[in-house]
Amino acid sequence: MSLPPGTRVRARLADPDHHTRLPRYVRGHTGEIIEAAGEWPLPDDVARGISPPRAETVYSVRFPAAALWGQGTHHVVVDLWESYLEEAG
Amino acid sequence: MGTGHDDAPSAVRVRRLEERLIGAGLATDAELEAVLAGLYRNASPLNGARMVARAWADRHYAQRLLADGNAAAAELGFGTPGYRLKVVANSPGRHNLVVCTLCSCYPVSLLGPSPSWYKSLAYRSRAVREPLAVLGEFGLALPPGTEITVWDASAENRYLVLPARPPGTGGRAEPALAALVTRDGLIGTAAV
Repeated sequence: MSLPPGTRVRARLADPDHHTRLPRYVRGHTGEIIEAAGEWPLPDDVARGISPPRAETVYSVRFPAAALWGQGTHHVVVDLWESYLEEAG
Repeated sequence: MGTGHDDAPSAVRVRRLEERLIGAGLATDAELEAVLAGLYRNASPLNGARMVARAWADRHYAQRLLADGNAAAAELGFGTPGYRLKVVANSPGRHNLVVCTLCSCYPVSLLGPSPSWYKSLAYRSRAVREPLAVLGEFGLALPPGTEITVWDASAENRYLVLPARPPGTGGRAEPALAALVTRDGLIGTAAV
């Protein structure tokens, strides 16, 4: 999957048993892709010693504060590996 | 050391970890020292300040800086190893703030060792939730209606804020411009 800027994506809600770089505060929330931020080893694999780790596109995803916290006018941009995301449609 | 930090729990943990690594034959004391020396030898917020001053003085450099932070850092001789450097520009009505909520990712070579508050749970949890209040506690009052974007860094994607050039600085040479830029300005907790 290669997602263009403007694509609406939802951060996955599942809570893995292992290390992940998907912060809890964005899980289940919908944001918008700003840009692709390169291809990087999946931290979940690296932390578990899986060799070679999967390499995935990382996307900068912009979330409105009001969606994350129920209030606020700012935005938060989080860099998320492709498998952390699903298209929100 | 003798700096008074020996008793800090993290320092104790780090020392134990170092002893375990050395004891297990995974690294030597000299190797660990060399890694730290390499990381911090040339690391300074003066480097980030020079990039900002160049961008203020040269709009073509500013464009390159925003398009490819790593290449623009390399132009001035600064290394940014192992991560993508994204530079985000402040302008009237727009302000950027950098945090790493999961740990303390930060472009060390351009900003120097990170301040302890950057690693604190309070900053990491509050910056994404109530940045206006956090900035207020740093003494930064933004004009009402300013759009704030908080960038949550990772090891692979790290951020540098390009502050807006202060008014009344026209005609100043780059070294004088660089002297205006603070580390906190490069993180976004100060205006410049």
